[in-house]
Amino acid sequence: MTPRQRRMTLVAVIVAGVALAGTLALRAFRDNVMFYFDPTKVAAGEVQAGQRFRLGGMVEKGSLMRTPGTLEVNFIVTDFKHRVPVRYANVLPDLFKEGAGMVAHGRLDASGTFVADEVLAKHDENYMPPEVARSLAAGKDAADSKAAGGSY
Amino acid sequence: MLVELGHFSLVLAMLMSAAQAWFGLAGPALRQPQWSAVAYSAVAGQLLFVGLAAAALLHAFIGNDFSVLYVASNSNSALPTFYRIAAFWGAHEGSLLLWICVLCLWTVAVALRSHHLPRPFASRVLGVLGLVSFGFMLFTLATSNPFRRLLPAALDGRDLNPLLQDFALAVHPPILYAGYVGLSVGFAFACATLIEGRTGQDWARWMRPWTIISWAFLGCGIALGSWWAYYELGWGGYWFWDPVENASFMPWLMATALIHSLAVTDKRGLFKSWTLLLAIGAFSLSLLGTFLVRSGVLVSVHSFAADPARGVFILTFLVIMIGGALSLYAWRAPRLVSSAGFALVSRESMLLFNNILLVVATAVVFGGTLAPLIAETLGLGTLSVGPPYFSPSFMVPVLPLLALLGVGMHARWRRGGLGDARRPVLTIAALAVILGLAICLGAYASRSVLAWVGATLGCWLILSSLIDPVDRMRRKLSLPAAIVGMSMAHIGLGVFVLGVTLVETATVERDVALRAGQGVQLAGYTFTYEGGENIAGPNYNGYRGHVVVTRNGSTVAQLTPEKRNYWVQGSVMTEAGISASWTRDLFAALGEDVGAGAWSLRLQYRPLIRFIWFGALIMAIGGIVTLFDRRYAYASVASAETADATTQRATP
Repeated sequence: MTPRQRRMTLVAVIVAGVALAGTLALRAFRDNVMFYFDPTKVAAGEVQAGQRFRLGGMVEKGSLMRTPGTLEVNFIVTDFKHRVPVRYANVLPDLFKEGAGMVAHGRLDASGTFVADEVLAKHDENYMPPEVARSLAAGKDAADSKAAGGSY
Repeated sequence: MLVELGHFSLVLAMLMSAAQAWFGLAGPALRQPQWSAVAYSAVAGQLLFVGLAAAALLHAFIGNDFSVLYVASNSNSALPTFYRIAAFWGAHEGSLLLWICVLCLWTVAVALRSHHLPRPFASRVLGVLGLVSFGFMLFTLATSNPFRRLLPAALDGRDLNPLLQDFALAVHPPILYAGYVGLSVGFAFACATLIEGRTGQDWARWMRPWTIISWAFLGCGIALGSWWAYYELGWGGYWFWDPVENASFMPWLMATALIHSLAVTDKRGLFKSWTLLLAIGAFSLSLLGTFLVRSGVLVSVHSFAADPARGVFILTFLVIMIGGALSLYAWRAPRLVSSAGFALVSRESMLLFNNILLVVATAVVFGGTLAPLIAETLGLGTLSVGPPYFSPSFMVPVLPLLALLGVGMHARWRRGGLGDARRPVLTIAALAVILGLAICLGAYASRSVLAWVGATLGCWLILSSLIDPVDRMRRKLSLPAAIVGMSMAHIGLGVFVLGVTLVETATVERDVALRAGQGVQLAGYTFTYEGGENIAGPNYNGYRGHVVVTRNGSTVAQLTPEKRNYWVQGSVMTEAGISASWTRDLFAALGEDVGAGAWSLRLQYRPLIRFIWFGALIMAIGGIVTLFDRRYAYASVASAETADATTQRATP
């Protein structure tokens, strides 16, 4: 091969390889990205059936129920406007508690219960995931203005 | 008073860095050689004042001065002294000061080791470093001053985040930063080269050791962080593809590409402009990492505070530094031309593949890390990208990289081919395939193809790295440090690959609820929960469980996982109980009291997980060993200049 052919072969190999890697990465990306929904969006039916997503919001006070002696827990996630029941059967993270923000990964079942396979509560008690904070703020404003409207 | 002195020292240090930048860069440009000497003095002044500032903050921490906001927010009188020192870099403001300290130390090291460099070049390098340090000091003083007073003073501090009260995490930031910030030295060398329009390749040899040291520190820092996450976050993972982990991993990947590309430039004078671009890229990624972590745009354990002003400042700084460097590159790089050619299968082409694959791997990580940010900005919804994207996509460039590595190490320069190494390489390839099968089927009864591929690649790397040293020893030839170090680093990579492969394919994990006396089977081990008791520590109280692990009736480990409640911050922490050995880790973490006398527990069996961190450590040590090679025992500036003259042939 002449140097020119050699160079061209090299370039062709590289371009083909990079293109292949790019295609595969994009595919993996498309198949594995997870979207975030809050209870309001879930209630609005924005989630497609069977879609795996992240649910975020606050664990409603007094909603945590445990089946004694097992891992199974049920609780309700709220953004002050809508509520979604959640079922989970693994170890809960340290900072998970009623009245605190959390994010769960999972799917909705036929009855509308969110079956979580992973629950995240972040590592600082003051910390609130930004998207959860936004959902809660929006929900709270709506609830407050409703209350204000009622008092007139 | 001391605190105000610290603040004032930091302001003076910033002025010193401005002087260093101005005299360092303007001296050679305006042909005022004595100005360069001023740049050196400015470095000394900066060391003094940065040292004073750091000492003042350290003093405030050790002396529990809760009239300083940063100390009050991150320390407590009940905190053990060691962690009071570590609390220095436990949050945003202090970690920036640590950044500044580390950069200052690197600058001093460059100044001390610059006697073999041409004076104008050294002066420009210091100038560029001065610019970087000026930017960071301005940032610290303007948006994140650690010396801010809290009036009236707090009675006691809010304590250090309990997650950070740990040895590995106390030492993780300084080591990681040494690597992160060390890349600025390579960046400064690259900028100085471009400013001067040097057309030779001598700069590659000057830059190499600095890049290798920072790369080694960065690797150690990342490994320490991973080890910490494994035992301290409580749930047994070693890598989460968390944005902040990625932020340190991307510069590491780029620096890995850079040290390989530097080898070609140094040895053969090829890839010159590419090498410079990589040096700029590696430091840009470490700046970008700082931006991602410190601006609070990304959600993570590490993002201490979200303050938009900080984000805007770092972004501006990022644009100025990177934009400036890239413009300089666009202006000057076309002058750098390489004349030599090389064969399709040669060391040069193999290192070219190495570079391309590493850059593709960086791009994969980069895309996944920034996609949520971009989607959010464009209003496409809030999305998250996790391991299901990263793990398979990352393998696409990395598997061929590992496969080619074993060949690339033995390919000859220039003319190409494998030469005498052809037969041993082929033998070892066959051997690795068989060994891989033996490990998967024999030792772990794993039928996964991926496990076999990974195990084969691991064996392939380890064995093929041994060919050259063994051959040299047999023929009683000398064994230069460069070869020893390179082989070590590649063996370390092989060990790492073996570890990751088996952890990923043969781990067994279960979450269970157990009453005292109940047990559960896991990968041939029986984990029995034997109850527990309440405990009290210096700044926490908690519960300690006892888990006895038996195999074939005999006890192999007693695990004592803990649940701690740190009373100052009111936060709950999981301390995992781990029994470590070369071949496997047995892991138990306490969940919570789930009623009816039972506790929830997470139990894991993880084979070869120690190989991951051990491999990373060998890699880093290998890098350090190469620094003892004779090629870095510089002769003199004169000989470097002659070399420069002889290589200044430009052909299309």
